[in-house]
Amino acid sequence: MAAESSPKIAIVDESPIRAAILEEGLRDAGFTDVVRIDEMQSLLSRIYALDPDVIVIDLENPSRDILEQMFQVSRAVRRPVAMFVDQSDAASIQASVDAGVSAYIVDGLKKERLKPILDLCISRFNAFAKLQDELDRTKSALEDRKVIERAKGILMKLKGLSEDEAYVLLRSTAMREKKKIGEIAQSILTASELLK
Amino acid sequence: MTTPLQIGFIPLIDAAALIVAVEKGFTHTEGLDVQLVREVSWSNVRDKLNIGLFDAAHILAPVPIASSLGLGHIKVPIVVPLMLNLNGNAITVSAALHAAIMAEIDGDPLDPMATARTLSRVVATRRRSGGEPLTFGMTFPFSTHNYQLRFWMAAGGVDPDEDVRLVVLPPPFMVDSIAGGQIDGFCVGAPWNSIAVDRGVGRILHFGSDIMQRAAEKVLAVRQPWADKNPQPLAGLVRAVFQAAEFAEVPDNRNEIARILAKPEYIGVDAGVILRTLEGRLKIAPDGTIREGSRYMLFAREDASAPDSLQAAWLYAQMVRWRQTAMSVEALKAAQEVFRPDLYEAAFGRTGQPQAASRPIGAFAGPAFEPEKLDAYFAAIQVGQKKP
Repeated sequence: MAAESSPKIAIVDESPIRAAILEEGLRDAGFTDVVRIDEMQSLLSRIYALDPDVIVIDLENPSRDILEQMFQVSRAVRRPVAMFVDQSDAASIQASVDAGVSAYIVDGLKKERLKPILDLCISRFNAFAKLQDELDRTKSALEDRKVIERAKGILMKLKGLSEDEAYVLLRSTAMREKKKIGEIAQSILTASELLK
Repeated sequence: MTTPLQIGFIPLIDAAALIVAVEKGFTHTEGLDVQLVREVSWSNVRDKLNIGLFDAAHILAPVPIASSLGLGHIKVPIVVPLMLNLNGNAITVSAALHAAIMAEIDGDPLDPMATARTLSRVVATRRRSGGEPLTFGMTFPFSTHNYQLRFWMAAGGVDPDEDVRLVVLPPPFMVDSIAGGQIDGFCVGAPWNSIAVDRGVGRILHFGSDIMQRAAEKVLAVRQPWADKNPQPLAGLVRAVFQAAEFAEVPDNRNEIARILAKPEYIGVDAGVILRTLEGRLKIAPDGTIREGSRYMLFAREDASAPDSLQAAWLYAQMVRWRQTAMSVEALKAAQEVFRPDLYEAAFGRTGQPQAASRPIGAFAGPAFEPEKLDAYFAAIQVGQKKP
């Protein structure tokens, strides 16, 4: 392998969106030879066929143990593989485990060349987790809005209130009880369900 | 004041003592606030223990030795103050391989020597007819499953690296892989052998206890510096888990334990399958044949919980035998020191006493294992000792 050529990177991830984000990040950084593997059946033979220099895998993937086998000296293993770190680099392991990603280096690639790849994977994984988190929050906000609409409807019908009055009642109750308005709305729905 | 502890585990029945210790409040009584964290791979459990995200872990017995010696991964000193169980694995084969073995067998099918010798003939026939080599699944390179499978077939003359293929598979994938024909057999812990039988895709050929009478299986592992700095929480944890192990040995408690382990946050499989394993009554064939094994899985019986340096030495010898490391007297000693009977005894206020006499491994083949005579042991074993 020539020193300046781009190493071949295999991304093993069952989340297609995250894998795509990772691949894009790697390509933007100039790593042009990137392959995604999302099918875990016969993972090892896929990897042997691809013959990558670096393997990146998400830590929530049970197939990670399969890669451990590649550290072993046996006839089945063509090129020995090692973890991305040397003994002194505990901070790298910590950061990657926190982010939920792990990388393996295949014999022949210099360790210095792996470091920027791993750092990029860690930051992309963290970015993905943040996105996921925001998405979850947006979803629950939407969910809250639906519940509030229905609770307002119930109050309007039962107490003969206008829409604005119903909302003011929900909000003032939430403030008095130090609860979220969505929680108050939910308890109105539950109560009306019980009293049906 | 309570001490918060993060403890990693893999959803397997042999995590029972750890899970029960928390669920029954034994850890709470010891002033420990334990959060159990379910993991998906042994690599994750090992890494999170090594870097300190976990204070303790349910882990394969050979892994703390490999970590302490720096094999396969970074070197981190790990100690074992308590064994979570002895035995508990089984070897399951596909219906086709089972039929091939039974058609040829000369002797008792429950005798591992008879099945291993037959396997050797099946392998030879396959090779002559130009067939693909048989493929067997196991869970991790540094696992008792790997060593038991290798020990068994090697005793019959099968070289596990030359004559068959051994592949690592996560336990939940074993059943699908044998059903899909990607593998012909596997060695794994409970409940996966039973699940393969229930699905009609495999037959249990041997219990792990057929191969070895006493084999270290899962252990409670902590980092050595953590053990040094936290003697009180460690002793409390050892007592709580030991209390749970004794609880698990009482037949009347098994229903309750099966219900606890069946919860989705723990193992998440049918309580009936778990109960059969705890009782040592396993369905070994899809037709419903039941086989009982009084030694199927030991939690606290027969001093199972006490770390024994003989077990550590045996595991190290397997690493040498299968060329995961080179033999050295220093490494043997370091491996033996990973298992810490002194920490176990100290938890119960018994300090300064000499280590209890080791109990034999009781393997079905080969000479009795004596750590002081490793050269003679290797000389007596043929397969696996030829130089690579």
